[in-house]
Amino acid sequence: MTLPSWTLLAQSILSGLFAGALYGLLGLGLSLSWGMLRQINLAHFALAFLGAYLTYQLSTTLRIDPLVTLVLIVPLFFAIGAGIHAMLTRLRVTAFNSMLVTFGITVMVEALLQWVWTADYRKLESHYSELRLRVGPLFLPAPEMMTLAMGVGLSLATWLVLQRTDIGKALRASAEDASIAAAFGVNQHAMALLLSGFNAALAGVAGVCIALAYTLAPSQIYTWIGVIFACVMLGGLGRPLGPLVAGCLIGVTEALTMTVASPSWAPLVSFALLMVVLLLRPGRI
Amino acid sequence: MSLDRRSFSVALGALGASTLLGSHATAQPAGAPIKVGGTLALTGPLSSVGMVHKLTGEIYVDELNKRGGLLGRPVEWVLKDDQSKPDLTRTLYEQLVNSDKVDLLIGPYGTSAILSAMGVAQRYQKTLVHHTFGVPPLAKYDQQFYAWALGPEPEKTVPAIVFDALAAGNKAPKTIAVVTSKFPSVHFISAGVREVARQRGIREVLFLEWDFGNRDFGPIAGRIKDADPDLIWGGALGLEANQILDALKKIDYAPRSSFWYAPAPGPMLKAPEANNALSLTIFEDHPPFTDNPVAKHFTEVFRERATQANLPTTTVEVQAAASYSAWQIIEAGVNGAKSLDNKAIAAWLRANQVDTIQGRLRFNGPGNFGDDLSRVKQVQDGKWLVVWPREWAAPGAKLR
Repeated sequence: MTLPSWTLLAQSILSGLFAGALYGLLGLGLSLSWGMLRQINLAHFALAFLGAYLTYQLSTTLRIDPLVTLVLIVPLFFAIGAGIHAMLTRLRVTAFNSMLVTFGITVMVEALLQWVWTADYRKLESHYSELRLRVGPLFLPAPEMMTLAMGVGLSLATWLVLQRTDIGKALRASAEDASIAAAFGVNQHAMALLLSGFNAALAGVAGVCIALAYTLAPSQIYTWIGVIFACVMLGGLGRPLGPLVAGCLIGVTEALTMTVASPSWAPLVSFALLMVVLLLRPGRI
Repeated sequence: MSLDRRSFSVALGALGASTLLGSHATAQPAGAPIKVGGTLALTGPLSSVGMVHKLTGEIYVDELNKRGGLLGRPVEWVLKDDQSKPDLTRTLYEQLVNSDKVDLLIGPYGTSAILSAMGVAQRYQKTLVHHTFGVPPLAKYDQQFYAWALGPEPEKTVPAIVFDALAAGNKAPKTIAVVTSKFPSVHFISAGVREVARQRGIREVLFLEWDFGNRDFGPIAGRIKDADPDLIWGGALGLEANQILDALKKIDYAPRSSFWYAPAPGPMLKAPEANNALSLTIFEDHPPFTDNPVAKHFTEVFRERATQANLPTTTVEVQAAASYSAWQIIEAGVNGAKSLDNKAIAAWLRANQVDTIQGRLRFNGPGNFGDDLSRVKQVQDGKWLVVWPREWAAPGAKLR
């Protein structure tokens, strides 16, 4: 076995960080939903892909810059997320049942995507895909850099809001003990709607990033579920920076595995890491 | 044994002339319809290709009925949606045989689904003609017949054809990187490539495998760039070829030569980084394939109806050609045996040859397989053009 060059290793680490940033962005909404609302929202992945397809459609037919589509997608998905939460609350869906109900929503969204865009592959061709920064022998493609920036930026911003603002404190209080928080005047229902909308908007942002860097097919919704769950559980439920750190750890480890060993071993990495952490710290979830 | 282009064109011309003329002279079919049963991936992840097969079948059955059907009777295609699921395929073929009581069977799309259908066909001793089976050694049933002419040992013949093409174009590789999905029909060929390369003295500088559904091709591209082979052999399915080429472009690496086994043909034409990429085909919509009237007519009708149906691909290539050939085999088998008896049809097919739009097929080899009629095609300025063998090359096209 020949050892990879330092350039290859460094490029692979970058590739892993880029992938990890997207894992973190996808995991952020799921983690907040699971940790603070006690809802295992599988529809998060479907919403991400819906966002990706909408980005693709707006960019190819209306020639809107993919980043500008955020102006439409973020508020739209906020409303969708709040709507889903309202439905789950109305139906008094428990935590476990939320997984089943949102899985059903995922299947419906997948069917919708296939009906509108067919099962054929779609690739957003934008001017961003031609742009890349070169740092010595290393390449930093623009779409991946944007994903990294958004992933880090949104994770940090979410952490700051939760830690330093009154709304953040109210959200954390609701999550920790809803009845006591209510006694202090926190409107739990409004907080939950706000958080659900925010999580769905995060899915929309992740969708824009997916559209910029990946090919789209409705069936690909499911290929992300396993690794994102691993990120969320490794990062800790309800912790804004957790999925980003875990995502980068998984992404880099997968990339290095693909570089040094066989790419087919890469999927083992995320779940092996998860098993080790759960064995060592079983109270993590 | 392979059929030369001249004989193929003459035979198809004669068939085509009689076919096209016959459409005006043949009496309308009458009586109870002959039911041909099958499934396709009309929904699910494989549906984009499934729809190509559906359209091809509809075109063929329409025209067959205009020509008098089979044995003077109209043909009805009983088509069910297997939703891209091999387990559902098995159930649906059971239904086709037991509930719908079809007379004949035609295979579904894809190796896994065909294997499921084959099991059912074998149980009920039905002859099964299939069009997209990628692993010939797995086809053990003696009444199954292929329409995609890969031959019994494509893992040896396909790489040989590709290496011959490169040698003839003065691009014989000294080094090769074999990068492959672990999807069975693709992986099987890639394993053969390694052996054929070794026999021809081509040094393997890289071998990588990934699971089907892999998201990140960055590290794979990095390893390819590090290895810097003369030829990348990509055992890539669907859009994986585009994903790897895109990942290579991002790190500023352009392959000297690349071959992709089963790429999604449309996206390869649209990607600038895929220019000069090679792949495999049995038919392309250009001369000499379209020199015969049957093929030319089919390509025109397909283009028209695919445009109306808003299909992403409106030209006839491998999938549509294999599908059309399957129907031609069924028609030839029934007419040859002058019967709907499945065993008689199978016996006739094994003893005879069938002229199809991809060439003359024989079924008397191991596992009922015949010749490998693969040709090498190349993306040249936004078009797939056959470049090898020379007698099948598009006019003026040469390997770049």
